[in-house]
Amino acid sequence: MSAAEWQALALSLKVSMSATLFSLPFGILLAAWLALGKSRLRWLVDALVQVPLVLPPLVTGYLLLMLFGRRGPLGGMLSALGIEIAFDWKGAALAAAIVSFPLLVRAARAGFEATDPRLAEAARTLGAGPRDAFFTVTFPQARRSVLAGVLLAFTRGFGEFGATIVLASNIPGKTQTVPLAIFNQIQGADGEDAALRLVIICVLVSFVAMIAARLLDGRPARKDADA
Amino acid sequence: MLELKLRFRRGPFNLELDTTLDQRVTAFFGPSGCGKTTLLNLIAGLARPESGRILLAGETLFDSEAGIDLPPERRRVGYLFQEGRLFPHLNVSGNLRYGLRRSKDGGALFEEVVEVLELHNLLHRQAQQLSGGEKQRAALGRALLRAPCLLLLDEPLASLDEDLKGRILPFLARTVGHFDLPMIYVSHSSAELRSLADHVKLLENGKIAGEGDPEVLFPGSTPFPKNS
Repeated sequence: MSAAEWQALALSLKVSMSATLFSLPFGILLAAWLALGKSRLRWLVDALVQVPLVLPPLVTGYLLLMLFGRRGPLGGMLSALGIEIAFDWKGAALAAAIVSFPLLVRAARAGFEATDPRLAEAARTLGAGPRDAFFTVTFPQARRSVLAGVLLAFTRGFGEFGATIVLASNIPGKTQTVPLAIFNQIQGADGEDAALRLVIICVLVSFVAMIAARLLDGRPARKDADA
Repeated sequence: MLELKLRFRRGPFNLELDTTLDQRVTAFFGPSGCGKTTLLNLIAGLARPESGRILLAGETLFDSEAGIDLPPERRRVGYLFQEGRLFPHLNVSGNLRYGLRRSKDGGALFEEVVEVLELHNLLHRQAQQLSGGEKQRAALGRALLRAPCLLLLDEPLASLDEDLKGRILPFLARTVGHFDLPMIYVSHSSAELRSLADHVKLLENGKIAGEGDPEVLFPGSTPFPKNS
């Protein structure tokens, strides 16, 4: 692989890892609230959180650009603080975070829904407050599903294209992640070999992550059915 | 001493009590659905009465008029659940220490509880690897290590077969003798109550229908050895 290809791979890893780490605390709390909360508005919040899953990524990217571009309401504020989002790797990370967020929440939510509330009750009678019981008893029961969600989100972020190219653009060495590099090679005259190498990387990452996620989240449904 | 004056309603079910518990082991006896578990949940703070008062050793746990409703973690009421409810992600030692870490004065108790309940060989086992009887012993130890002022036991032997019941009962009796802790024991087995209870209150459709000495209420022989 050429130096440029390695650069794209390193950038992709940095972008999707930052995106996943950044969205993880929000994803966990939101998933737990959706699964265990009592608010009547949960269905609405759930629907809104899932929107990036069905919105064309290009549109997500464009909306983010309007918000976080230098003249956007949020981008202007951040720019004054010296933080550039648009046309920067942080923009690529933000795009990846938004687009992959529904996958994280979905998996984690299923995990929290499968927890046993009676164990949290037991924790309360043993002296744990609600927050303490959540982190020491409820969360550990859901941790495999949360980890599966993290893998799904990471992989989705790794392959993010549409929102990224609009918000962060396609700048080699700065915002050109693996999918954007593939796009460039395909467009170019004789980039087919390079494209193929990067495609193999994408396929490998996706396969490994999906198998790992399935192993983590896989409940032995067959065995239960037989019993 | 526990003073209860409660009203609780859920659908057609109505629980209404005005009673005082002043014996070491008080039992509530009655058929399924008479409100035994609900009563324990109300005392532990896991359910909320519509109105009334709960006083434990002079401390107000609940008082609808004064607007007092202590959360479960501040009630110092230990609870042994019917199904044990051990934490599956912790080993026995981790389960035992869960309440210990969160109580101010349980530190010296650990060795004692492990000794009395014979938990030495189980400490490093995961909850799923325990038999039904071992689970209940570990769960009893966990509740004791919370250093409670009152221990609630919700049919702790109901999920065990007859043979195991006979083997766990001595541990309960030993706990009663050793830790000198007021207990409320809920069951629909008169044999268990004859072995353990000092006083029995009969619960029927959410009301106390009678009370008295277990030997008088349940005459006849007991299949379990009484060794308290």
